[in-house]
Amino acid sequence: MKKIEINKKILGENEKFAMENLFFFTKQKKNCLNIISSPGSGKTTILTKTISELKGKIKIGVIEGDIQTDIDAERIRATEAPAVQINTEGACHLSAAQINDALKKLPVDNLDLIFIENVGNLVCPSAFELGESAKIVVLSVPEGDDKPAKYPAIFAKSKALLINKIDLLDGGQVDFDIEKAKTDARKLNKDIEIFPISARRGDGMDCWCDWLIKLVEKSAQ
Amino acid sequence: MHETMVAESLMEIIAEQAEMNNAKPITAKISCGTLNPVNDQVLRFAFEAITKGTSCEGVTLKVEHKPIKAQCKNCDKIFDIDLSSPQCFECGADDFELQPDAPLILEEIEFQTE
Repeated sequence: MKKIEINKKILGENEKFAMENLFFFTKQKKNCLNIISSPGSGKTTILTKTISELKGKIKIGVIEGDIQTDIDAERIRATEAPAVQINTEGACHLSAAQINDALKKLPVDNLDLIFIENVGNLVCPSAFELGESAKIVVLSVPEGDDKPAKYPAIFAKSKALLINKIDLLDGGQVDFDIEKAKTDARKLNKDIEIFPISARRGDGMDCWCDWLIKLVEKSAQ
Repeated sequence: MHETMVAESLMEIIAEQAEMNNAKPITAKISCGTLNPVNDQVLRFAFEAITKGTSCEGVTLKVEHKPIKAQCKNCDKIFDIDLSSPQCFECGADDFELQPDAPLILEEIEFQTE
């Protein structure tokens, strides 16, 4: 038997594209946020409401990732924001090469902020760097307050946590201890920004949008 | 199932090394961190399926899972952290800094020698 040391990153090819994307965003002074959550947590609704709220203040473009269909990109385009749909055809996450391609189809020069809506999945997308400026995790209250404890990776890696659908907490329709979710997320990531919101009803959207404005101002400097 | 993509990349690297060394690969040792672990069983299944009929067919995968470490802000100890109950192993404090997680790496390949 002959042993050969390799010590090579297995996902090195993805990281090469991720570095290229990161370099692109840094050079262009653009922010790119990679939104990760379970399916059905409200990512697209958050994006459409955020785009409407920030109209005239920040120019937003979106890269949509789904296994199939361009339903989400159509929902974004209805707000008049540019959107590129990526269909992963079975893959449970987006890869950096796909983002590299999609960026060529977005009018990046005219944008201040690019959102990537990853495939709905709390596990795999967190393993693939896309070259984004930061990851944002969305947790909706019907999913349960135990998600930070059960899926620690994405909460440990995200810059912000959006706790969505808080309108369902009214009248005790859903058992969700918001303080427990916050405490568990902060145990894994003491600097994580937490925004309890209801994208549907509008609660908390002002704080989230103010934070985005500051983020864009900072990277434009 | 990101293990499929991991298996594909792994196969490419091993096949390339097999050709360079002109030898038959027998085992491959890989290691991964805690935040992005691979599921050994799923990875082996995917690897076995895609390597049929290739130079990588029959290669045994050895997977080492490396714990993630944290440094306690109270007692300064660096310890292996259990993410299901994140607190300092020594003093029980829950104020700590996570250290960088181990990347997913192909460490070494063993080849058959004539």
